[in-house]
Amino acid sequence: MKILAMDTSNVALSVAVLDSEQLLATQTTNIKRNHSKQLMPIISQTLAEAGVALNEIDRIVVAEGPGSYTGLRIAVTTAKTLALTLNIELVGISSLAMLVLNAPQDGLVVPFFDARNGNVFAGIYEKNGEQVVNVMEDQHVSFEELLAKINELGKPVYFVSSQFEQFRKIIEDTLIVVAEHSGNLNSLPSAHALGILGYQKQELENVYTFVPAYLRVTEAERNWKEKHPNDENRESYVRQIN
Amino acid sequence: MDQTSLILAIESSCDETSVAVVKNGDIILSNVIATQINSHQRFGGVVPEVASRHHIEQITICIEQSLKQAEISKEELDAVAVTYGPGLVGALLIGVSAAKAFAFANNLPLIPVNHMIGHIYAARFVKPIVFPSLALLVSGGHTELVYMPSENEFKIIGETRDDAAGEAYDKVGRVMGLKYPAGKAIDELAHQGQDTFHFPRAMEREDNFDFSFSGLKSAFINTVHHADQINEELSKEDLAASFQQSVIDVIAAKTVRACEKLEIKQLILAGGVAANRGLRDTLDRELSEKFNNLDFVKAPLELCGDNGAMIGAAGEMLMRHQVFADMTLNADPSLEFDWEPEAIK
Repeated sequence: MKILAMDTSNVALSVAVLDSEQLLATQTTNIKRNHSKQLMPIISQTLAEAGVALNEIDRIVVAEGPGSYTGLRIAVTTAKTLALTLNIELVGISSLAMLVLNAPQDGLVVPFFDARNGNVFAGIYEKNGEQVVNVMEDQHVSFEELLAKINELGKPVYFVSSQFEQFRKIIEDTLIVVAEHSGNLNSLPSAHALGILGYQKQELENVYTFVPAYLRVTEAERNWKEKHPNDENRESYVRQIN
Repeated sequence: MDQTSLILAIESSCDETSVAVVKNGDIILSNVIATQINSHQRFGGVVPEVASRHHIEQITICIEQSLKQAEISKEELDAVAVTYGPGLVGALLIGVSAAKAFAFANNLPLIPVNHMIGHIYAARFVKPIVFPSLALLVSGGHTELVYMPSENEFKIIGETRDDAAGEAYDKVGRVMGLKYPAGKAIDELAHQGQDTFHFPRAMEREDNFDFSFSGLKSAFINTVHHADQINEELSKEDLAASFQQSVIDVIAAKTVRACEKLEIKQLILAGGVAANRGLRDTLDRELSEKFNNLDFVKAPLELCGDNGAMIGAAGEMLMRHQVFADMTLNADPSLEFDWEPEAIK
């Protein structure tokens, strides 16, 4: 099975072409450039390097979030449009789960992204070789709460995050279990890992209804719902004419 | 025209996701529009993050529907056209990302379309655009006079110095307790009232082609607040009529003067506010009184709002001028025509 995997959830951008779980070619950038400008050219280059034509691809795998809202939408829109027009399979993988395979050892792995004001997007996973099992759902959570949850589990953990240093002090002050972290080498997203998880996943996405896993409603909608607790009218918010 | 061309056109610059198939630049085979108005009504205006989220929910559905309704397979298409600006950046990125992916996957050329050229080219569905031509573009984000000496040449000779006309309608509408977007409701109320308040006509007599609506907006709000304070009930119909007459008088005066100064064959009225009945009727009347040989073309009512068909009409023209983008195409939220007021001197 030929797979095209892509991630634009955060500053880094990663694209890979795989033959089942085997990597053929990959490109990762970690420069604060515009993903909208970069993504398609990098997809095109990576396919060329892999010697795979786009119409030979059987499955598109995309990092579905959480992450930067605008970033997520670039890869998800590209992925669902490619899957639609090529009539091929679409698989969404958590942007956090993708990072779990970066851990060099098995056991509990905690990938997280900074979400400002002491909050993070984080999940807790159990890694066993190339198998990844979710232990705590991906969520928007205060870092303190996340650490309390890890303490409760009572097992050594491995953090994967390029923002680890920002949280080093609170981790050292709060955590009662043994913790290691990814450092520079293992904290970047890898579309190869994304492709492996996407290859393993059985459940396919619907190319029409698939949207990013933002894990947060917008502020405007949150405020509005507080004032209108009974409104469950979402379907009619968008109306097709013609 | 010896050959047919089929363009898939994508628009997502604000709160409508739209995909159309346009034949030869002036025949609509499909024009699917998913409007988010009901959603943004909750907030009294477009919330950009909410708009972006709706666009990504709709984009592939609209593409599929559009091809299906047009009964066109992707193999028959000649190009993909897409709005890349101006507009909300997050919203534009959905259309741009989808258009690039679709073009790449199907080996089609990609045509980057300025949304404002799209609005002007909605007039093509009425009749061909002839040059030199002048366009009066009035919408929620723009109020401008665009001079087109020849095809694919656009020069702004006058524009609003503050609020766009549509923006003023929405703000005034909010003060009157009308739902967003308020343009249509104000237009309807205005037809039942009289211009009794005589709001200011900003810059009407100045020797330029610029507009200003913020003074009018303030005068309107002050009038309403003052009445509230002394518990006086004002006629909504007269308020609407007075506001609308002030907007229309300024727009019509400047437009007529531009038509007098420029040797043009055609005046095109386009943009969301071009659906305003008062504006259409006034310009019809004044232009036919003052000019014998000026062709006044109004964008069709149903194509005044944002839609993919107008992007396809503009895209066909741009394709003939070899305007293509590569896969690095990005959204440009503040894209605009060149500002050349001297073009009229």
